[in-house]
Amino acid sequence: MRDVAAPIVEIQNVTKAYGKLKAVDDVSLAIPRNAFFALLGPSGCGKTTLLRMLGGFEHTSTGRILIDGEDMAGIQPNRRPVNMVFQSYAVFPHMTVADNIAYGLKVTGVKRAAIASRVEEAIAMVRLDGMAARKPDQLSGGQRQRVALARALVKRPKLLLLDEPLSALDKKLREEMQLELVRLQTEVGITFIIVTHDQEEALGMASEIAVMKEGRILQIAPPRELYEHPTRRFVAEFIGASNSFPCEVLAIDGQNARVRSPLLGELTVERSAPDVTSGTLIIRPEKVRMDFSTPEPTPGEALIRGTIDQIAYFGDLSIVYLTAEDGSRLQCSRYNVSRIAAPDPRPGTACTLGIHPEDLLLVGD
Amino acid sequence: MLGRSPVGPLEYTRRLWLRLWLLAVFVFLYAPIVILVVFSFNDSRRNIVWQGFTTDYYVRAAENASLIEAFGNSLIIAFVSTILSTIIGALLALGLWRFRFPGRAALDGAAALPIVIPEICMGVALLVFFNRVGFPTGMPWPLNLAPIVIGHVAFSFPFVAVVVRARMIGFDRSLEEASKDLGASEWQTFWNVTVPYMKPGLIAGGLLAMTLSLDDFVITFFTSGPGTLTFPVQVYSMVRFGATPEVNAASTVLIVVTVLLTVIAVRWQRPDKEVAKLG
Repeated sequence: MRDVAAPIVEIQNVTKAYGKLKAVDDVSLAIPRNAFFALLGPSGCGKTTLLRMLGGFEHTSTGRILIDGEDMAGIQPNRRPVNMVFQSYAVFPHMTVADNIAYGLKVTGVKRAAIASRVEEAIAMVRLDGMAARKPDQLSGGQRQRVALARALVKRPKLLLLDEPLSALDKKLREEMQLELVRLQTEVGITFIIVTHDQEEALGMASEIAVMKEGRILQIAPPRELYEHPTRRFVAEFIGASNSFPCEVLAIDGQNARVRSPLLGELTVERSAPDVTSGTLIIRPEKVRMDFSTPEPTPGEALIRGTIDQIAYFGDLSIVYLTAEDGSRLQCSRYNVSRIAAPDPRPGTACTLGIHPEDLLLVGD
Repeated sequence: MLGRSPVGPLEYTRRLWLRLWLLAVFVFLYAPIVILVVFSFNDSRRNIVWQGFTTDYYVRAAENASLIEAFGNSLIIAFVSTILSTIIGALLALGLWRFRFPGRAALDGAAALPIVIPEICMGVALLVFFNRVGFPTGMPWPLNLAPIVIGHVAFSFPFVAVVVRARMIGFDRSLEEASKDLGASEWQTFWNVTVPYMKPGLIAGGLLAMTLSLDDFVITFFTSGPGTLTFPVQVYSMVRFGATPEVNAASTVLIVVTVLLTVIAVRWQRPDKEVAKLG
């Protein structure tokens, strides 16, 4: 009996070096059972290498990978309790949908009768009913992806790995597949590990996200915590947009710090982590209050005067880009909550920005 | 006829001078072949002036025992050398496509050598080689065809390798990874995923090798022992006694076979297109 509370994946001090370059650098990570886990980072951060090591397509240079408590060292991809959805989907072009899905069962010697019913079940699960006899070139990109998903899930793996599964789809389909993947994950109860460079994708789907940069993991947190409590400036700037202000830490008091910023003056703000003793103040653009009338600060609010440079209108929201009085560039997003609201101000308009210290966070550089 | 709409700037094929030029090119290329085919039906022993239509010479060619024997030899040689060169060529192509190893570039170049070496040199080289190693001569049929088969394999497998390699360029390596990921061994992956993808290349390359083998004269001439005749060599010796319509008839048959095989080969080679099942 395995401990249900034990993590399904344990990555212990794993490094992958190509010559001098470390694609993955001393990464340790535990992924809980039944999680929808995202590895997020810019291209070249080592997230795909990490995923391929879980699948068995790359060896670890040092460190150990345990899946469900078993050391995976030296175990070939075809012997791992893991299946992968490839970025290119890798659907076998010469096989029908049903043959593609049956493939993994056939080669491992599952009985013919069992194959038929499991394939049928998998087809229904990914909603490809009526497509069983089609060849991949008669399917759309989204349908091909469903085949790749069904083909992996029909094997009932302990872990499903997804390598940038949505990057080849257009926006509408991508949103649809996001919901679909979350539905599938809850339905089958298998741990999903997804690699993506798209922060919205990660925030929208994952139960937990690991942000990677240059082979290292910077932060692991659920989406909300990652957005509202980024520990590092890189994370804050990679997940969503943020305004940052240089500052000097005057004193540290438990969770908080007394800081002085040239633009904001002296404030007490929250520290993002216990080890953050210096760094940068950040605030999300939607948490900045914009005012065009004569400003009256609400209690405790810091005010910044600025001029509008540019406005990007997206329909649901507008992003206003400004230059503050000291020349630093800021942004502020405004939801267009009413059809009859006043239109966005014109570039060149002077305005005042109100910032509440509780929306600011001191993050490490 | 040309007056339906003004000739567009890039519509060269609608200009008279270009059409005449094209016509001249086709006449130059195909007139000899057309004449050969037409005169295979000529009712004249000397075959210089058209005397009337007959299919007699096809019958006579079919009754010519040594011609039929040569044709049989050619088919056997083509069959065996096609299978061997397809296997060797495909393995070479896979090796070069898949692995990096020291001497890869050298092997790549060396493998293409038989394509560029003049056939006469290949022929002489093989003749010298077989003499030098003391290859047994005068073996009973069909073993006496072995030197010819070896010669044909030597010059046709690089063609197979080229075709198969061109096919593999479009291969997504993650298909193989997906197969292994789904539980297949290397061997299962090779047969279930790699080979089906290679298949059009294998068939095109094989047909190419077969065509090359069927109508090869020079290398066969140098490697065939006494008394082992192939179709092209036999046709050549018949021509020396006068170009009767029988020779034309035999040549026409060979042309038809070769053209058919080439057409099929080209069709199978067409990339990324599910090729219609051959009837």
